[in-house]
Amino acid sequence: MKIVVLVKQVPDTAEERKLDLATGQLGRESADNVIDEINERALESALRIKDANKGTEVVAMTMGPDEASQALRKALSMGADSAVHILDDSLEGADTGRTAATLAAALRSTGFDVVLAGNESTDGRAGVVPAMVAEHLQLPLLGSLISAEIADGAVSGVRQGDGGTLNVHAGLPAILTVTERFPEARFPNFKGILTAKRKPVATLSVSALEVPASASRTVVVSTVERPPRAAGRKLIDDGTAANELAEFLVVNRLV
Amino acid sequence: MSNVLALIEISHRGEIAASSRGLLVAAATLGSPIAVVVSSEPLADDDVARLGELGAARIYSAVTPAAGTVLVAPAVDALSRAVEAYEPAAVLTTNTADGREAAARLAVRTGGSVLADVVQVRTDNGTVVAQHSVFGGAYTVESAVDGGLPILTIRQGAIEGQAPATTADVSTAVMEATTAGAAVIDRFNDDPVVSARPELRSAATVVSGGRGLGSPENFVLVEQLADALGAAIGASRAAVDAGYIAQTAQVGQTGVSVSPQLYVALGISGAIQHRAGMQTAKTIVAINKDEDAPIFDVADFGIVGDIFTVVPKLVEAIKARSN
Repeated sequence: MKIVVLVKQVPDTAEERKLDLATGQLGRESADNVIDEINERALESALRIKDANKGTEVVAMTMGPDEASQALRKALSMGADSAVHILDDSLEGADTGRTAATLAAALRSTGFDVVLAGNESTDGRAGVVPAMVAEHLQLPLLGSLISAEIADGAVSGVRQGDGGTLNVHAGLPAILTVTERFPEARFPNFKGILTAKRKPVATLSVSALEVPASASRTVVVSTVERPPRAAGRKLIDDGTAANELAEFLVVNRLV
Repeated sequence: MSNVLALIEISHRGEIAASSRGLLVAAATLGSPIAVVVSSEPLADDDVARLGELGAARIYSAVTPAAGTVLVAPAVDALSRAVEAYEPAAVLTTNTADGREAAARLAVRTGGSVLADVVQVRTDNGTVVAQHSVFGGAYTVESAVDGGLPILTIRQGAIEGQAPATTADVSTAVMEATTAGAAVIDRFNDDPVVSARPELRSAATVVSGGRGLGSPENFVLVEQLADALGAAIGASRAAVDAGYIAQTAQVGQTGVSVSPQLYVALGISGAIQHRAGMQTAKTIVAINKDEDAPIFDVADFGIVGDIFTVVPKLVEAIKARSN
């Protein structure tokens, strides 16, 4: 079985992230750029299948600037067999529609039985790219899963809905997205880090993929930074702090 | 006035989702709201009346045996038919898993673009403009679609108010069940607990607990304060990972984003990922024994103290004042 895991390099959520106020685009310099944690969980579930079935092939695919190759290198050191980097200056600032059309074209050329992705990235949080890819490829999407069973010819899983969960299934090929309820990812071991350097990374350009141009795109109209919050009163509890807080809530009509 | 489609989510038990109110407020702001509803049986009179009360000028009722058995695809089919029939200026869905996937597929099918996780809408000389709250409210970004149909996913609980009530006209379309290229739903597993507390996303007051609670049993402290304040219950990711409470209560970068009048953080250190889900609250109160906890940097009122002594006293004091 061939599993392609979609990975995205994002600014580390543990640091302050910035937008460029002129363009509304991500300020890539503001925080360290790392592989998104949700993608690591997707990769982990692919690697567990590979652990159990040696014939499984795991490919990590990303679209992003030069620096995004570091995210692929991390995926390779965790255990992916090879990687695909869609690298093209014309993709700078690509919206979800352009991103999905490009990924769909790359997936078509790479080939797969299963595509695994995160349910949403921590930077854009739109959560629409996997479903757009599924529509381009006319494939079923099992999205927002909290668990999954991937077997030859079929996938099933439990999807997190609004007031509960749903059991869902589909035939292969199919696209799955995982949520944080999936197990945490393994750390790359020494052997993994060493062998990652020898694993193949294919670079694809947009012209090679023949991605059709779209007549529709999203544009940023304005970007405004919210002033940071200031700290207010801070009391060390001496036994009266609870009463003072109750008074504060009453005065501010919050009870 | 331009037509605006709103995909109404109906649970498998037949209940109209609470998010429909905000969705139809947004639709009415942009034009004449048409509620698109997918169901296996024709809509009951009660549902038609209810959607009219919520502001739907028209209901496009798609009836198909695939509703409730095929995942998302029936909604996409219904929306694309309605797009053809009504040539809308915009399509709105809720920013749920179902709503996002329907919006995404519709964008590819119709050649439109998605504006995701929208917290407010307006029109500017006929252009639909969407507002987003980015990086936990650190930025407010406005976006629009250049060429093609704007498809907006509206954040639950973000848009308040009530659209003007109407009596909705109903158009019914019978759709065949297509399963090609779609996942099949085998079973629904409802959450067992139906809480009398307010819904987290739209609550005016939220009380959240963190790792400082120490155990699932101790989480009752959060419940007691929440009930004294009439609040919804939230949690930090640390508390969810530790198994104190269900994941659906998670507030933060990867959970629910809330903007209540009052947010009370109990035993929450306030890592940047948690603050990303609550820092737009009007008033923030924090109680934590660690004087250096970053939550105090954003708190309007902070108490450095033991939650197990401060919170019971606070509950008593609130009850005494409200009597």
